[in-house]
Amino acid sequence: MDFLDLFSHGFIQRALLAGSFIAALCSALGTFLVLRRLSLIGDGLAHVTFGGVAVGLLFQAYPFYVAVPIVAASALGILKLIDKARLYGDAAIGIVSSLGIAGGILIASVAGGFNIDLFSYLFGNILAISYAEVWTSVLLCLCLIIVITLSYQELLAITFDEESAKTSGIRTDRINRILVLLTALTVVLAMRVVGIMLVSALLIIPAVTALQFARGFRTTIMISCLTGILSVLAGITISFALDLPAGATIVLVNFALFLLSFTCARLRTRNATRRPPDTA
Amino acid sequence: MQMTSVVTTENLSFRFNGVEILSDIAFTLEKGEFLGIVGPNGSGKTTLIRLLLGLIKPTGGMVTIFGQSGDVFREWRKIGYLPQKIAAFNPHFPATVEEIVALGLLSGKSFPRRVARGDRKSIEDAMALLDITSIRHKLIGELSGGQQQRVLIAKALVAGPELLILDEPTTALDPEGRERFFATLKNLNGDRGVTIIMITHDIGTIGLHASKLLYLDKTLVFFGSFDDFCLSTDMTDYFGEHSQHVICHRHDT
Repeated sequence: MDFLDLFSHGFIQRALLAGSFIAALCSALGTFLVLRRLSLIGDGLAHVTFGGVAVGLLFQAYPFYVAVPIVAASALGILKLIDKARLYGDAAIGIVSSLGIAGGILIASVAGGFNIDLFSYLFGNILAISYAEVWTSVLLCLCLIIVITLSYQELLAITFDEESAKTSGIRTDRINRILVLLTALTVVLAMRVVGIMLVSALLIIPAVTALQFARGFRTTIMISCLTGILSVLAGITISFALDLPAGATIVLVNFALFLLSFTCARLRTRNATRRPPDTA
Repeated sequence: MQMTSVVTTENLSFRFNGVEILSDIAFTLEKGEFLGIVGPNGSGKTTLIRLLLGLIKPTGGMVTIFGQSGDVFREWRKIGYLPQKIAAFNPHFPATVEEIVALGLLSGKSFPRRVARGDRKSIEDAMALLDITSIRHKLIGELSGGQQQRVLIAKALVAGPELLILDEPTTALDPEGRERFFATLKNLNGDRGVTIIMITHDIGTIGLHASKLLYLDKTLVFFGSFDDFCLSTDMTDYFGEHSQHVICHRHDT
């Protein structure tokens, strides 16, 4: 079969389409999370997704629909722990994350293990993406675009300094809730693309890559989205061409792009330091 | 002339985890006054400001701000706030100076909060006042501590606040920057009638500029003019004659 013929298959088209939208979602949300030092929330919520999937498999329900409310509630739980229990973000994420994993393992053990099914959620199965998941990712992407467009200045203010944002009358609690709920939904969707184990890479690496080139907040979000989409498209294509696991390939392409941007940024900094310093 | 109260606190107290952080703070600040809040480390200065701004809720007493109870106060455009934690900056934060200054305008806007074309003049004026126009396209993380401080002051001023609250604003400034900063405050306070509350460790310097001094040490130790502070026998007992003399002598020179 000719390599280009691959792209005429419905499952490949679905994979590329859903993958691109999910990558854009993860990258845009990741920019806010990385800058607010909440990078690992994706990892934590992915672990909770594992618990949610296990519950779904136990009751023979579609795991996606079972995982969504559980992960959304956990995301809000993380916020409550930070706000009410005055825990550091990473500690709150750690608690909820380990609870999710523990719950998943316990359920899998009680049910006698789900073997293949659970394995496909842990490491992703991009070929199994359904039309429903494609449309959900498109819909979620639209929601995110609307939220970012309407709340751009608030998001920037909160990301820069949450306390000052409060003194501007911004309802930081509301914006935070929207942000973590969108992250929760995105993480559950993304488990099909890269798997539960690697989902945080889609949130973190494109944002960190974009930060190497950043010349403004808006452009950072855009570069992050482009990097995420590029890595998913390239990752899927390479994985088909070389018969490699798609999730892992996507993450490695992401890392290669980060390495490239990091090297370019260091070279640029080195050249800049040779010029006289700008003082004011 | 009739005075208008901008900030009033009555028996204001705050406890955290059973520890008394502030107790029984009562003072009134009138429109156009310049209040310097001083006190040793851990005396509750930043806590007092956070209570005034409604960032934390008092465990006792009340705050009235622009005639409204702190619980219901929503006229955020009247307040410009410069927080203390400049050191907590993420050096890779990707926003430009102009984007950061523009954030100061959000307090006067309702949803969806957008910086409109008509806001350009306010942004230009604030940047010109703090002499940061030439670095407008630079990222905040690329600037020196002093430059970052000026950007944050411009952000606090851009909406034309009636009350400016500054938490140790001069720590990152060099002597020349500090002089320029106080000249800006003098202009805002004297010419534009902006009420100012400023936390500092430097009693001698704030005594030169502020019309009122509030000395905190978990409770209100002194509230009044700097001259009264220097003449107060209570303060002589509190500081010792020598220390009071050193502080006030510096003011005289």
